[in-house]
Amino acid sequence: MGTNEKRDVRGFLEFVYEFYKSMKEHEITLVYEGEITHQITKAFTSLTESNMAKEEESNMVQKKVFHVMVECLQNISKHADDYGANDYLFSGRGIFMVSKGKDEYSVTTGNAIEHTRMPELKRMLEQVNSLDKDELTELYKKQIKEGRLSDKGGAGLGFIDIKRKTGRNLEYHFLPINDNSSFFLLTSTISRNA
Amino acid sequence: MEVFKIMGTDDTPAVTLDAANNIFEISGRSLPEDVNAFYKPIISWIDKYNMAPNAKTIFNFKLVYFNTASSKMLLDVLMKLEDLFKAGKDITVRWQYPDDDEDMKEAGEEYADIVDVPFEQIAIS
Repeated sequence: MGTNEKRDVRGFLEFVYEFYKSMKEHEITLVYEGEITHQITKAFTSLTESNMAKEEESNMVQKKVFHVMVECLQNISKHADDYGANDYLFSGRGIFMVSKGKDEYSVTTGNAIEHTRMPELKRMLEQVNSLDKDELTELYKKQIKEGRLSDKGGAGLGFIDIKRKTGRNLEYHFLPINDNSSFFLLTSTISRNA
Repeated sequence: MEVFKIMGTDDTPAVTLDAANNIFEISGRSLPEDVNAFYKPIISWIDKYNMAPNAKTIFNFKLVYFNTASSKMLLDVLMKLEDLFKAGKDITVRWQYPDDDEDMKEAGEEYADIVDVPFEQIAIS
């Protein structure tokens, strides 16, 4: 009994150490799993802001990272609720990560979504990735005009904004969870040389 | 008309709507938890103001950041100012942006394209 417990503790400590090393290796500066609320959004953005200010990151880069973080976090807080399954692992939660490399920051979010929502999500992301700067501006203008009319109306405005602010395509993947749902991963990259 | 004044916070802008002193300004950061709840009273105030506006109105936007959810509400505010212009009143929107912030400048240009109201852009340092 006692030996088993010891082994478990040891296994856990090793996991923590591996996890720590893995975070360092991937240059992850912030990782969070759980419910994304407005308070969490505020805490993470101000934490990241003060870190960037300390490291004397340019104003422009700071602003872009801030923009991307807010839109990504709000995407999860708005849409994770839609995930109806009573699955304790995935319902209403998500993962949020920020990493900082030599040339760029990355913001990654992951949350479970039902397959019924996938086609629309894919369509929006493909559309945003296929458009150039001027086309995105036109789409943005069209969407805020239309979005005004309904409360939901997000219609990919966050994605459009991220691509406009970063000038980079959004990277995304869907990893199957079961027959009805997948884990949706989204990565946005902000150049540090902007 | 009653003065509408709220202090700015980390996530909500400072707002002053004061017809008697001719001050109309939204400034700071806008990413409220509930954008509708935040902007609704502002829009209602302008609705009332539009019924008996001053001879000349200059409406200042001095935002340093707004999220996409706020961008729709800001358009609602601008549409109310457009109503004023369409009613033949003297109204100018003054969009003030940090001089090193190209994105905020562009945001002003885009709004100027969407709404039909005299628009001034001013870079501030």
